Amino acid sequence: MKPAIVHPRPLSPHLGIYKPMATMVMSILHRITGAALYFGTVLLAAWLIAAATNAEAFGWISWFFGSWVGRIVLFGYTWALMHHMLGGVRHFVWDTGLGFDKHFATKMALASAAASVTLTLLIWAFALLVL
Amino acid sequence: MANLKQDFRTPLSRVNGLGSTKSGTEHFWHQRLTALANIPLGLFFVGLVVALHDQPFGVVQASLASWPVALGLLALVGSGLIHMRLGMQVIIEDYVHTEFTKIACLVLNTFFVSAIGLASVFAILKMAFAA
Repeated sequence: MKPAIVHPRPLSPHLGIYKPMATMVMSILHRITGAALYFGTVLLAAWLIAAATNAEAFGWISWFFGSWVGRIVLFGYTWALMHHMLGGVRHFVWDTGLGFDKHFATKMALASAAASVTLTLLIWAFALLVL
Repeated sequence: MANLKQDFRTPLSRVNGLGSTKSGTEHFWHQRLTALANIPLGLFFVGLVVALHDQPFGVVQASLASWPVALGLLALVGSGLIHMRLGMQVIIEDYVHTEFTKIACLVLNTFFVSAIGLASVFAILKMAFAA
């Protein structure tokens, strides 16, 4: 039997040709922060296991989290958590059937971007300066 | 020209209203339920880490072993892991189109989430019951 002749199918334009818009960038970031939080749970599990093991293991993990690399990772993780949480709140607004107006959706996207950075800075300022 | 309103489902399938794989609604619903639960649980976790970040081992272990913290962490691990398994499943189904690779990724997703969950829950219970 002769193999079927397969014509290449037409492709729809993909991400690359669109001008980035606030709602689009925030949607992409929602997925990226979600994936980052997913893999970051390794850090949560490691912290819990170290705390459940002994002082030496906990000393090692505390040393890592306190190092510059550890702090940058945790700072990024804090932001990812805040960003993903606020993105989720926007989804809850949309779930009620509200907030789909183009300009309002853009404002909500920009507001949650600003709020995620603000909350992250406040959390870290509180942890490092107040406590 | 085919009738655009043609429905390929059987009358029984239509009346059940469960979608093509019979699990779409459940996926959406569990995703939203865990998202809602993750807001207070995630904020509790951030507060916990901020409060404990500078504390010595004994204090950290004692507070992780206290029952309100242990219960909060167990709830966070449960809700968070269900949420992230559902989310990663969507990411995999969106981007991995080779059947074998896709199923392998979905299996790894479940294994990863189970491993993180078992390790975390074991650590939390070990501290809680040892206290």
